Amino acid sequence: MSEPKVQIKNLYKIFGRKPASMVQHVENGMSKPELLDVHGHVLGLNNINLDIPARGIQVIMGLSGSGKSTLIRHINRLIEPTAGEMIVDGEDVLQMSDTALRDFRRFKASMVFQKFALMPHHTVIENVRYGVDIQGVAEKEAAERAQRWLERVGLKGFEQHYPAQLSGGMQQRVGLARALATDAEILLMDEAFSALDPLIRTDMQNVLLDLQEELHKTIIFITHDLDEALRIGDNIAILRDGKMVQSGNPQDIVLRPADDYVTDFIQDINRARVLQVGTAMSPATKKCDGPQIPHNTIIEEALQTCVDSHSETATVTKAGKAVGSITLDQMVRAIARPEAVSADDANYR
Amino acid sequence: MASDSIIDWSKLTWIDPPTMGRTELRDVKKAIDGTFRDFTRANGEWIEAIFDPLQSFLVWFEKLMIATPWPLFLIVAAGLAYYGSRSWKLALITVASFLFIGWLDMWEDTMATVAMVSVSTMLCIAFGIPLGIWMSRSDRVQAIVVPILDVMQTIPSFVYLIPVVMLLGIGKAPALIAVMIYAIPPIVRLTNLGIRLVDKDTLEAADAFGASKRERLWGVQIPLALPNIFAGVNQTIMMALAMVVIAAMIGAGGLGTPVLRAVNNQYLALGVFNGLAIVAIAIIFDRVSQAFGKRLQKHREGGHGV
Ligand SMILES: Nc1ncnc2c1ncn2[C@@H]1O[C@H](COP(=O)(O)OP(=O)(O)OP(=O)(O)O)[C@@H](O)[C@H]1O
Ligand SMILES: [Mg+2]
Repeated sequence: MSEPKVQIKNLYKIFGRKPASMVQHVENGMSKPELLDVHGHVLGLNNINLDIPARGIQVIMGLSGSGKSTLIRHINRLIEPTAGEMIVDGEDVLQMSDTALRDFRRFKASMVFQKFALMPHHTVIENVRYGVDIQGVAEKEAAERAQRWLERVGLKGFEQHYPAQLSGGMQQRVGLARALATDAEILLMDEAFSALDPLIRTDMQNVLLDLQEELHKTIIFITHDLDEALRIGDNIAILRDGKMVQSGNPQDIVLRPADDYVTDFIQDINRARVLQVGTAMSPATKKCDGPQIPHNTIIEEALQTCVDSHSETATVTKAGKAVGSITLDQMVRAIARPEAVSADDANYR
Repeated sequence: MASDSIIDWSKLTWIDPPTMGRTELRDVKKAIDGTFRDFTRANGEWIEAIFDPLQSFLVWFEKLMIATPWPLFLIVAAGLAYYGSRSWKLALITVASFLFIGWLDMWEDTMATVAMVSVSTMLCIAFGIPLGIWMSRSDRVQAIVVPILDVMQTIPSFVYLIPVVMLLGIGKAPALIAVMIYAIPPIVRLTNLGIRLVDKDTLEAADAFGASKRERLWGVQIPLALPNIFAGVNQTIMMALAMVVIAAMIGAGGLGTPVLRAVNNQYLALGVFNGLAIVAIAIIFDRVSQAFGKRLQKHREGGHGV
């Protein structure tokens, strides 16, 4: 893997009157409730370290108040940290001058908001143009770009409407088009789909995944919904009380939850839709019959394939070559809910 | 010794609170008056010189309005009313009101009043909106300006007529200043409030897309504060009109002068006619400015379709 696009290093954020003097306490292991009780400061982020690779979707999740919004706002420095570094393409955003930071926000990272945050006094097309206009793009090109993105998110015909005249789902399409129109390489999405009802939400997830397939942006996506995280995330980082408790790909999170907090999170998910046969197979030792299934097929589909072909076992392939075999029994066991992890396992990572 | 202390002990009882000695009190007042009078003598001239252009402008504007042929004035007034409100009805009411005013022979006084109110409103906007913007950006400035505005709004207007007259004498300019002191607080307050009330999420979006301070102010804060700013303009106009009668005491001229004469001589009809003329102007200004303010926020209309 090449140099990460975004590197978060030893990031601390403490809210209160004298945050700098609190870092020491936190480094010495003081927890969020303790810090609040003893010193009256709120621990927002506690020593966050995370490398975010380019051109993938990094999900950050956690319960309400765990610091997700605080973390994503550090990436474009809408919030100043108490300590730490935020390296984007090798440059520390936190050291940038005002002008450099403005250019960073104009050209490098754009944002989609939970409550849409559209300009109520601008029409839909003016909203889509907002970032482009601030970039100083010439009139003709700005108009074309805005129109193109507006159509790309399926809002052709709504150019002259005002945001208040649109449904939530449509408003967030405007928000997405506004962020995409700037051609920024990094897309910050703070619970962008949380305010939408489930059907529209799935719809928007599809829109995003479709777009990502052709655009390959570095997307940092915040959510408190694990199903959403597993569905769209290439990597998932889990926050709790401002601390990152686990980070890994969806398989990792589901198979090896780092602690009870994460275990609780993955309790109710549909494991058959997340786990891939590659994680449950036995390595190839003997030849076996049955259908051939690529290793990254989710178990739900693999089960279906086996049932359709009246077969008890299947061959797992990787790049066309057999790498192992899997039985119906193995698949069923893989998707059964695991027992709570023991204290030893909680120290994973 | 009574004269040596700041409280006159000989008069102290449980009924009356402690007071300053009579002579001391007189001395204090004399000292204040004397200081201010000296200040006026020393500086009156150049201060008056500063306000001279204002005075000439007001006089010129008033003369222009009076000299304008009445049909032309009616056309302009109706046009402005229509431009502001997009309502033929309001334009018609405007024309009818002015015709009625002319018929009752109050044309010239009305022109003087309209001139005074227009100029003072424009000056209030010119000073009030920037001050309001400044307040909205700094809690310190707000903490200083708010109490001053409170005093300006609650102190009886007669009280500040005194120093204004001492400094500038009787005339249009001092009257204009008195009107402005009375009328400027709402526009300042509501500009400040309007900007502070702008949705934080919207502002954050502007920041996230790299808007500069100017783009933030003119592109987001002012446009979204406009309904409040316009409510402020409307109130400022109304307060300026309300001040017209009192300002007539120090030379504002216009409809206030006959009202004062009517009070002194118990001329009921004269008082009522001029009072009604003020009401008519107030209603026109109020409706037009309100409709204009509403028209600026068409995005607030909900529902589908354009
Ligand atoms: N300006 C602030 N002053 C004080 N505390 C703050 C401030 N902003 C956030 N916090 C605190 O920091 C913690 C993290 O807040 P944050 O908004 O990042 O949570 P979140 O994970 O985004 O939650 P949600 O899912 O509700 O949006 C919370 O405990 C919150 O109370
Ligand atoms: Mg949040």
